[in-house]
Amino acid sequence: MAKKALLVNYLWCTGCHSCELACQVKNNFPPGQFGIKLNRVGPWKYAPKKWQYSYFPLLTDQCHFCADRLAENKLPSCVQHCQANCLQILAPEEAARIAAANPGMIFMSK
Amino acid sequence: MTRSSAWTAPGCHLGCGLLIYAKDGKVERVEGDPDNPYNQGRLCPRCLAVDDIVNHEKRIIYPLKRDLADRGKDKWQRISWDEALDTIERRFKEYKEKYGAESVVFLQGTGRDIAPYITRLAWSFGSPNYAFSLSNVACFGPRIFAANMLAGVFMVADYGQQFIDRYDNPQYKNPGLVAVWGNNAVVANSDGAYGHWVTDVLQRGAKLLVIDPRLTWLAAHADLWLQIRPGSDGALALGMANVMIQEKLYDEQFVQDWCFGFKKFAALCAEWTPERVAEVCWVEAGDVVAAARLFASSAPVMVQQGVAIDQREDCYDASRAILSLLAITGNIEKPGTMVVMPEFLKYITGWGRDLLPYEQEDKRIGADDLVVYKLGLHVASINKMIDHLIEQPAAYPLKASWLQTVNLIACGAVDNERTHAAFSGLEFNVAVDLFMTPTAMAFCDLFLPVTTFTERDGIRCGDNSQRGETINAAVPPRGECRSDMEINLELGRRFNATAWPWENVGEMFSHIFAESGMDFYQVQATAPSYLPFEYEKFLSGKMRADGKPGFPTPSGKLELFSKSLEFMGLDPLPRYVEPPMTPFSQPELAQEYPLVLQTGARRHNTFHSENRQSSRLRAMHPEPTVMIHPETAANLGVRDGQWVWVEGPVGLTGRVARAKRLAEVTPIVDPRCASADHGWWRPEADPENLYDVNELNINNLISWSTGLTGIGANYKCILCKIYPVKENE
Ligand code: SF4
Ligand code: SF4
Ligand code: SF4
Repeated sequence: MAKKALLVNYLWCTGCHSCELACQVKNNFPPGQFGIKLNRVGPWKYAPKKWQYSYFPLLTDQCHFCADRLAENKLPSCVQHCQANCLQILAPEEAARIAAANPGMIFMSK
Repeated sequence: MTRSSAWTAPGCHLGCGLLIYAKDGKVERVEGDPDNPYNQGRLCPRCLAVDDIVNHEKRIIYPLKRDLADRGKDKWQRISWDEALDTIERRFKEYKEKYGAESVVFLQGTGRDIAPYITRLAWSFGSPNYAFSLSNVACFGPRIFAANMLAGVFMVADYGQQFIDRYDNPQYKNPGLVAVWGNNAVVANSDGAYGHWVTDVLQRGAKLLVIDPRLTWLAAHADLWLQIRPGSDGALALGMANVMIQEKLYDEQFVQDWCFGFKKFAALCAEWTPERVAEVCWVEAGDVVAAARLFASSAPVMVQQGVAIDQREDCYDASRAILSLLAITGNIEKPGTMVVMPEFLKYITGWGRDLLPYEQEDKRIGADDLVVYKLGLHVASINKMIDHLIEQPAAYPLKASWLQTVNLIACGAVDNERTHAAFSGLEFNVAVDLFMTPTAMAFCDLFLPVTTFTERDGIRCGDNSQRGETINAAVPPRGECRSDMEINLELGRRFNATAWPWENVGEMFSHIFAESGMDFYQVQATAPSYLPFEYEKFLSGKMRADGKPGFPTPSGKLELFSKSLEFMGLDPLPRYVEPPMTPFSQPELAQEYPLVLQTGARRHNTFHSENRQSSRLRAMHPEPTVMIHPETAANLGVRDGQWVWVEGPVGLTGRVARAKRLAEVTPIVDPRCASADHGWWRPEADPENLYDVNELNINNLISWSTGLTGIGANYKCILCKIYPVKENE
């Protein structure tokens, strides 16, 4: 499998869990296991009216980038169902380029 | 694969478009429908796990009966549909003959596609006593009523949902500001508005103002967040209007042309200086000014309003105060503001009202002494119904109930001691549902099993902007399940054949679509079909029956001072009234119960009392919780994840009740407040302990009081104390 990366615009991730469930049901993983997992940082207050409160979805070992869906010309399940439209699966170089040029991006390649 | 819409259980109010994948007659999984403009391929976790519910081993798939003497016991017996329907027909008709049709009450839970068929069943049977299960109709209804009093119509935030091409429609304009008021939108997905439409418009450049007692994700990312005291929203809105008026930030021309009663409204607002608002609402005076300036300088502005505003006694006044902010800034009916959406099915006010005999109307419970019910609403007051059920006056006894899609004692109802007593007093209760529920287990005698949306057809129009869309069966019904519509058509025919002239549900659906010139199957083939829409209908005369420009109100304008309310003998101005159970209104009680409790915190994995059977969803939030601030927790000696009792007075009844919860220690709540989720029961627990509902239900701390007007109940501003659960408790 060619290397791929998950690119997240975490500024918009609302922590809705759809990516997790979309992956879990697509792959028939048992409850509690996912190819993509949310991580929460915060909430804490660091200045008047300023809060750290973010979600960072990260890939797990079980992600296979939805090769079967891509072959059918569909988006990966997590990407399609992401309610804030903040996920992309890309070639690592492309993901790195976008992450370098925009704020709020994280990417993880596999 | 079947293209469908989830506008019924186990889907929610929204009815997102989805694709159902099935194999050998069994649902395997669903995906969002990328071609559906409504959700654009997205889904929340609940529909993603739909197969867990559809295929669940505990679904009831045959009609059941139980002896009256065995209520509360798990002694159900399988019966045939013929026996079930014959029994209901015979008994309901007997009650009608002996005591009048009003002796049978019809209840529903949250509104989805089933609502019109329930009203039609009640009214064609001849009973005026169709009721919504929530105390004082405290959801959506108050907002609609408020809008009608102010504008003569109901308006919602404009996310371009009325256009097939959505945000790209050339007429559409992205809002400059979205004010999310009392709504955890991205979690709640409430009332027809897809929550992440908010992030859509933010990504397109809108600013964000959040008014919420809790630091939601939206609040943390807002340009301005006001952490308001639960229940005080009306005061804040008046205070913001005051700043706009004092600083002349409002739209003077629009007010002159289209608002009525501005001077009286301004005089009311003048009482609400930023300092007074700060004291009443627990916010900073400077933030009141900042919020007003942001609101007044960001046109187009929309308000994404949540159920929090409906869930207190001054509900429609608070809603009117918020709407007044939009009115005086001219944010009405323009792109990206609040607009009247297209509608083809008046399902909110019910279907088949004309079938109710005139003489029955006067018997509607609540219509005699609650003016809002008499003149404004078509439902019976469930609060008065509970009193009536317990007192059973000889002149007008109640005998039976039809409980369709309503898990009363786990969800909408309050003060279960009373609710339980009320329904136990009836001779014959029928439940129509997917699973055995605490409600059916407690006091029902017959159980009719229904299909999920994956197993049947239906109409999907929506609570918000309506469009022609259908729910399409993807698999055959499990066991002997039937759809709600099939059940109601069959029973309706037996009660009143002329009111239900259709051979099958397809014909009935076609009749509903008749005005469009299409039948059900054509709509099914062409869905979604969008209705014509234009902005600023008050300019073109399309809002009034007489075709004149203006709004359909007595003055033809937006009534900041409502003539309709004046006519009803109610306060024409949106005055703030302190709710009855707060540290301000009950300083003595607050000594013992110092925390302000909000109930009904929405969770990603559940819709009201539903979804708890799904292991995938349950794992996301397995037990009921109460959120408390770290400082408060430290003072109480409570750790995160510890079982606690949330205890409080049951309104002003003099009784006290408590609910068991896991403490969730988090800084998102104010140290003076606590926030609990609702709808809790444990489907896996002992049925004869009613699935633990009495121990868990947070609504036990709320009374059935009719409050100020009989609409709006205090689900979100009551008093409580919290202490650890002892061993063996
Ligand atoms: S790309 Fe596919 S396998 Fe990977 S996390 Fe997303 S849904 Fe799961
Ligand atoms: S679906 Fe999107 S918004 Fe929701 S948690 Fe996952 S990444 Fe975040
Ligand atoms: S909001 Fe969630 S539960 Fe409701 S219809 Fe959409 S996907 Fe289903």
